[in-house]
Amino acid sequence: MSDVILETRDLTKHYGGVHALQGANFTLRRGEHVAIMGDNGAGKSTFVRQITGVEQRTRGEIIFAGQPVHFENPMDARNAGIETVFQTLALADQLDVPDNLFLGRELIKFKLGPFSILDYKAMRERTLDALQKTGVKIPNIRGTIERMSGGQRQCVAIARTATFHSKLTIMDEPTAALGVQETAQVENIIRNLKEAGEPLILISHNMRQVMDLCDRIVVFRRGRICANLRKEETDGQDVVAYITGAKTQPEYADAM
Amino acid sequence: MSENSHGIGGLTFDAKKRAWPNEVNVLIALLAIIAIFEILGQLLPYMGNQSLLFDFDTGRDGTILNMARLKIIILQVSITGIIAIGATQVIISGGIDLSPGSVVGLTAMVAMSFAQTALVNGNPNPKAVFGDWAMDLPVIIPVMVALGCGIAAGMINGLLIAYTRIPPFIATLGMMVTARGAAKWWSKGQPISFPTEDFGAIGNGMSGWSPVVIFIGLAVLFHLILRFTVYGKHTYAIGSNEDAARMSGIKVDRHKVLVYTIAGMLAGLSALVVSSKGLTAQAGMGVMYELDAIAMTVIGGVSLSGGRGSILGTVLGALIFGVIISGFTYLKLDAYYQEMVKGVIIVAAVVLDQWRRQRAATNA
Ligand SMILES: Nc1ncnc2c1ncn2[C@@H]1O[C@H](COP(=O)(O)OP(=O)(O)O)[C@@H](O)[C@H]1O
Ligand SMILES: [Mg+2]
Repeated sequence: MSDVILETRDLTKHYGGVHALQGANFTLRRGEHVAIMGDNGAGKSTFVRQITGVEQRTRGEIIFAGQPVHFENPMDARNAGIETVFQTLALADQLDVPDNLFLGRELIKFKLGPFSILDYKAMRERTLDALQKTGVKIPNIRGTIERMSGGQRQCVAIARTATFHSKLTIMDEPTAALGVQETAQVENIIRNLKEAGEPLILISHNMRQVMDLCDRIVVFRRGRICANLRKEETDGQDVVAYITGAKTQPEYADAM
Repeated sequence: MSENSHGIGGLTFDAKKRAWPNEVNVLIALLAIIAIFEILGQLLPYMGNQSLLFDFDTGRDGTILNMARLKIIILQVSITGIIAIGATQVIISGGIDLSPGSVVGLTAMVAMSFAQTALVNGNPNPKAVFGDWAMDLPVIIPVMVALGCGIAAGMINGLLIAYTRIPPFIATLGMMVTARGAAKWWSKGQPISFPTEDFGAIGNGMSGWSPVVIFIGLAVLFHLILRFTVYGKHTYAIGSNEDAARMSGIKVDRHKVLVYTIAGMLAGLSALVVSSKGLTAQAGMGVMYELDAIAMTVIGGVSLSGGRGSILGTVLGALIFGVIISGFTYLKLDAYYQEMVKGVIIVAAVVLDQWRRQRAATNA
């Protein structure tokens, strides 16, 4: 078995005339934490949506755990072992924490097709486990999401990925809207993943965070990858130069 | 204790501030409205110390409650109440259904055509729709026909909404007009009457309580389904955040078809009860039922923006509706006032819903 967990070849997405993602070649190894950086509108979230089956790619290949994959929907990707914290969080505001953690894959007490009976107790217990595992403190898991702060919502979304055993975790700007303490919480969760040897794709604008947490930085610019930088061989200024377009790595230059 | 329950960012959780279920508010409103009518009964000079719900003087049927009035109150909302059970699910899922009134008309016509009896007082049935083969069929046949008719209409609504992405308002408006047209076409301008005894029992059995029993039975069933099954959870999730539901792998389109199909089936059941109760079916049956049903849901605390509410709330909303209508009759007020007040209540309920949502958002 190769040590590459995820590979994309020529991954491309057009929205009508908008070329949101162009020919992305990307690799992620087992246990590796990779950051994706880039300006707003660079195509980072689009990249995530193609990998996770939220949208169907225009062309290109996705190879996950050694197999070419075609996820029809996000559930397929999850079943294959990709857990994602979307930028939009994908939480149902009027439901509580266990409901959201198990949204779309509820635990069942009695199977009856769409009218299967929910196992509330088991879902509550596993929710508490997941919160403990991630070190997330939610005062009242039976409270609805709409009554929670931005940080708490983010933590619920992240705890959701921890509830299920996954082969790859993707987080799209998980700390963009958070305060200092809340950001530290999320970063702790990420460090735990690193210790557990679980690979991660982290989309972030926070240079300190990326330098702290990740092994490698991939820079997106106007729908294309323009740099692939090992942390030891770069620094903040260098990365910014790639983000703004002041620099492009030679192997990506012909495409730009 | 609450010091130990720090949330992240130093947030604390105040157990006392936990919001009580909205159904409690609706119940309080119901009691308040009853109280107002009771007080008016005592105060208004021409009322002569009457009471809306109580029977103080003799206790005619051994109870302190005025059972006759109570029966009227629930009976008159049972038929639209059955529709409101479907409307509740549709509205929680973030949609709206304007078609059930017309579906009641069409379903009543079609079902009654299979419920007729061959001989009326020894003479051939004067309203016969089909030949002898369709006379005196077992009651299960018109019941199945009615369910099938409602299910078909609901499924068409659901398929249109889920797969052509027409807004629910437009799709079900189309069904509203089409089904009413179909009902008129089926009727050829004539009512269809003289059903079998068994068919008549659906809406008149149990000394006239059967519509109430059917309404409450369905309400309990669907309250439990919404609360305890995957179907219920997904209905709330879709109404709460459709994109999130989709991203979580819920088959949103398929689920919507199911929700509208269930609403259609309930409209079919309502048609059975109303046509059986009146022993006749007319193309004009069920006009405005959908609006009454939507009003009951909104009064019961179901949010028109989706994701919020319950069948229990809707049942309480239906009772508020029934009490107000009976209350007006009891105060000997003109029927026109009833309709005007109905309109005011609907708007007030929507305003209240919006106000509640704003408060939930700012209190977060
Ligand atoms: N559904 C869509 N339809 C059309 N254009 C889109 C859609 N989603 C994203 N885009 C466009 O694609 C580009 C990349 O967007 P996105 O991937 O969200 O950027 P970001 O790197 O900030 O996450 C932007 O120009 C955006 O406007
Ligand atoms: Mg983005």
